[in-house]
Amino acid sequence: MTAHFVILPVILPAVIAGLMVLFAKNPAFQRLGGVLGVAGLIALALHNLAQASLGPTPYFLGNWPAPFGIVLILDRLSALMLALTAALAGVVMAYVLATGWDLRGKYFHPLFMFQLMGLNGAFLTADAFNLFVFFEVLLIASYGLLVHGGGAERMRAGLQYVAFNLLGSTVFLFALATIYAISGTLNMADLAQKLPLMPPEDAALFRLSAVLLLMVFAVKGALVPLQFWLPRSYAAAPAPVAALFAVMTKLGAYAMIRFGTLVFPPTLAATGALWGDILWAAALAGIAVGALGVLGAQRLAPLIGFAIIGSMGVVVLTLSQFTAPALAAALYYAVHSALAAATLFLLLDVIEARRGDDDLAQAGPKMAQGGLLAGLFIAAAVAMVGLPPLSGFVGKVQVLQALSAHAPVAWSAILLGTLVTMIGFARAGSALFWRVDLTQAVAKHPAQPTAFAAIFALIAAMITLSLFGAPVADWLGVTAADLMAPQAYIKVQSLPAVAP
Amino acid sequence: MEALIAIIIGALTMGGVFLMLQRRTFPVILGLSLLSYAVNIFIFISGRVALNAPPIIGMGPAPIDPLPQALVLTAIVISFGMTAVILMLALGSFLHRGDDSADGGGQ
Repeated sequence: MTAHFVILPVILPAVIAGLMVLFAKNPAFQRLGGVLGVAGLIALALHNLAQASLGPTPYFLGNWPAPFGIVLILDRLSALMLALTAALAGVVMAYVLATGWDLRGKYFHPLFMFQLMGLNGAFLTADAFNLFVFFEVLLIASYGLLVHGGGAERMRAGLQYVAFNLLGSTVFLFALATIYAISGTLNMADLAQKLPLMPPEDAALFRLSAVLLLMVFAVKGALVPLQFWLPRSYAAAPAPVAALFAVMTKLGAYAMIRFGTLVFPPTLAATGALWGDILWAAALAGIAVGALGVLGAQRLAPLIGFAIIGSMGVVVLTLSQFTAPALAAALYYAVHSALAAATLFLLLDVIEARRGDDDLAQAGPKMAQGGLLAGLFIAAAVAMVGLPPLSGFVGKVQVLQALSAHAPVAWSAILLGTLVTMIGFARAGSALFWRVDLTQAVAKHPAQPTAFAAIFALIAAMITLSLFGAPVADWLGVTAADLMAPQAYIKVQSLPAVAP
Repeated sequence: MEALIAIIIGALTMGGVFLMLQRRTFPVILGLSLLSYAVNIFIFISGRVALNAPPIIGMGPAPIDPLPQALVLTAIVISFGMTAVILMLALGSFLHRGDDSADGGGQ
């Protein structure tokens, strides 16, 4: 039975979502299923974290040997992303139940489960085409979640989001078909074995497919210049859904790390530093766009979207080095950034519910629970900007250390970006909490302790990540070292030997 | 044969990209469909072009790679489902706002 624990994070949400669709008219059943599903995923994530610390575990679907069948592989990186997804799903589920977001439209819980299934599958699979399939699963669920609750603005933002992502999927398929035409395989470990032996005349085609793939992952990771869909879509999405979407940008970073260390490592002659160079430039632009967007945003929701773009810029700038210390720092910062973004989005929903809107240009009424909200906003902003004592600071220190070889450019970009982002958040906070129109009556609002507990849980997670920074960094250090030396990942699949 | 297929894929892609750049949602959806046709043919021939070759070993002189056929089947199903979703969204957006521009109608 324990051998099947690797695939259960994909099966469990799929089965629960299917059952929920059968009992679509019964909200209590849906909620029960949602809670059980998320609890099961958290338990599985903890088990898989322990399992992955011992070494990569393969799961051969239908017992077909690799590379003919599809293989899922649970390694440290996958387990980390599964745990992050499960943790955020738990918090978002608690928040959604407390605020009743799931009752504002149909099928919230099945879509939520399908979204988790797609995310978990994408993090587990070791097959490039299977990765595409799971991308589509999570995207089609995200389309439904994005327009949950309805409304013209959601429909329009949803339409743009879907069209843009469908274009991304098409590019993904072109890239995969090109790689298959060159190498005859789509198993990532098999690719890692075969590509160094590829004839030099195929190198140009291969570089083309590498850049096409990078574009797809850049769309997911909201990397400049493919970031423009993010602020609008996330602002239009229901805020708790946007909090879960914080994992989706990290999926882009995950795919870049996975392919950049396994399939296109810097040691591969055909691509070399191609990915690293493109990512470096795009990430520098991302930090600038994110910081300026935070400074210029007229509403809180797009402001958070731009803060995500900026923090993805920091993550990608670090991982573009493709060295073990840089990857460890990038992973730490990516985990932190997902937690910080989710905190901000949940807080945005709480503020919107009490203030009526999230407009930063106009004074609003005094908010119920305003003092508590202001305190939480400061904590979340401190986390996102990267000031002590939360994990953003620990993460940024690691990032700066990892990038010390490129200090003049990288340090100035990150530190300037931090300063501008901080000014932007300070402006937003003072507009929301200090520029109050006292002529308007304070709107009454239920206290919703569970909703606040969800936000507190996220902040507690970031404090924990900061307090236990050293052990976490050690664990991530081993993860990064494994990624840079993927022999174990390749060996567990017992692939047929490749003749040189 | 290769040249013909390459021209077909190129023409479909060209039409798809042109339509994707239009302002209204309906041409954009048509463009996405054309692009997905192009990529489906592209996947289909990624196992090389061969005539009268069955994808089973022992039934002909040289079997053709069956994997791209499985891949293209998956891709067709997914693009079909996605087209249905985006059609519904476009319709919903049109009914909510009364116009079908893809860029937000100048707001």
